[in-house]
Amino acid sequence: MPTVEFSPSIDSRPTYAPLKSHGSAPAIMVADTAGADALLDLMASDSAVTDKAQIVLIAPASDKLARMDLMVKTPVHTTPDLDTAGPLVRQLLSTARMGTQMYLAGSEGMMGALCALATACGLPMDAIQTEHRGTAARRMQCVHCKGITEDVTTDPFECSHCGLTLFVRDHFSRRIGAFQGVCVDAETPGLIPTTQEIRP
Amino acid sequence: MKKLTLRVAEITALSPLVKRFRLIHPDGAPLPLFSGGAHITVDMPEGDLIRRNSYSLVSNPYDGAGYEIAVRREDRGRGGSLYMHTRVSEGDLLTVSAPKNLFQLDLRARKHVLIAGGIGITPFLSQLHQLDILQQPYELHYAAHSRSEAAGLTLLPDAPHIHLHISEEGSRMDLGAILDGQPLGSHVYTCGPDGLIRAVADQAARLNWPTSAIHSEAFTAPPPGEPFEVTIASTGQHLRVGADQSLLEALEAAHVPVDYSCRGGACGRCETGVSACNGQILHHDHWLSPDEQASQTKIMPCMSRFKGARLELDL
Repeated sequence: MPTVEFSPSIDSRPTYAPLKSHGSAPAIMVADTAGADALLDLMASDSAVTDKAQIVLIAPASDKLARMDLMVKTPVHTTPDLDTAGPLVRQLLSTARMGTQMYLAGSEGMMGALCALATACGLPMDAIQTEHRGTAARRMQCVHCKGITEDVTTDPFECSHCGLTLFVRDHFSRRIGAFQGVCVDAETPGLIPTTQEIRP
Repeated sequence: MKKLTLRVAEITALSPLVKRFRLIHPDGAPLPLFSGGAHITVDMPEGDLIRRNSYSLVSNPYDGAGYEIAVRREDRGRGGSLYMHTRVSEGDLLTVSAPKNLFQLDLRARKHVLIAGGIGITPFLSQLHQLDILQQPYELHYAAHSRSEAAGLTLLPDAPHIHLHISEEGSRMDLGAILDGQPLGSHVYTCGPDGLIRAVADQAARLNWPTSAIHSEAFTAPPPGEPFEVTIASTGQHLRVGADQSLLEALEAAHVPVDYSCRGGACGRCETGVSACNGQILHHDHWLSPDEQASQTKIMPCMSRFKGARLELDL
């Protein structure tokens, strides 16, 4: 899948770059099925990158899992979704030591959530690389009720927790791992702009 | 810049070369609190010259009853530490800056690994108070040539997470063993000679530590050197910088305003443009990049000197 081109934005908006090998340093790699291609590219660029790597694939397509199994010596962990990946990644981080690199590839929502989890476990941001693949859907936090709505593809959208209609901002919280959604009709109740598809 | 006039309440010898000075408000008023790793700049007037050196605070950051600094006598320095050792007595008044911190703890860390070489122990002494109060895990490694030179020894608690490395006794510091296997979220802080700071940074990089987890502070005062002349571009004024004077001190003596903070080549505040240079700038700072230093278009007057025919400052 081709890499998505994001339009220039404010500094808080995360940016993504192709994954670059840190050699045989201990590593935690997580990808969804679109991001698995980025991990495969990384492994093809430097086979040593998997020497001490723990690999987690979230809901991978069977062909991608099979290709990954061929590339690496250690078993690949799989989880059915992001919710079940969280505890597994947290467990891997709990025994990790300084020098561990994290490679994330796939949707912004997944990478944002796992970046927040990893930094909460003490991993510094500059030990985390992210490469975007696949959907441009966003993980949004409602600034009013604090609820998270996953996979938001339109602007505005309805908060899945409190039901307010939220404007999709580029402001991103690294601590929470989500973009911020703000009530779009607070000043003019009921006056809601036309719904548009989110542009990357 | 906010200044405080404080009374020297007590001078204690911590080692043959290091004295601790306790400074209090003359009226007993509480002093501004600070954070671990902070320093103050002490004015040392001598004739027309005011030398200013920065010293780390070694006392409890949460205790406003007084400030304490520890000063190592440098017989081959340019006289700042000698002034403190030979000219300052209990009861004297000293003018000092309010505390500033260029070496604060990163409080997001899960664990702090503190590495001190020699007199580089000083900023850690205030940080230990802060770490104890915040209940944050740490280990301290303190390297010195000999026990008698380890001035911080009397100020350190006897605890299993405080490690002493005395090279004279053959217990040299093994940086690989210290840094390898530290838990995720560890930050390392080094204060000491340049060689130690570089060695820790190199070792951490070899172990793939991210740079945001590596911190350091060099504790240098401006070095003496050969006298030299500078020209001020805007006025054409010529100034002579004496052997025991820093360029910043010479500018101050001539009432050429230059902003400053740390006076140790670390903070970047006194960065000054060079409009003409025929000779060699002797860069002693930790602020300019190697490329900037090589270009000879900028100088940090608090630390750096010059050798050559003509140096013109963009002031």
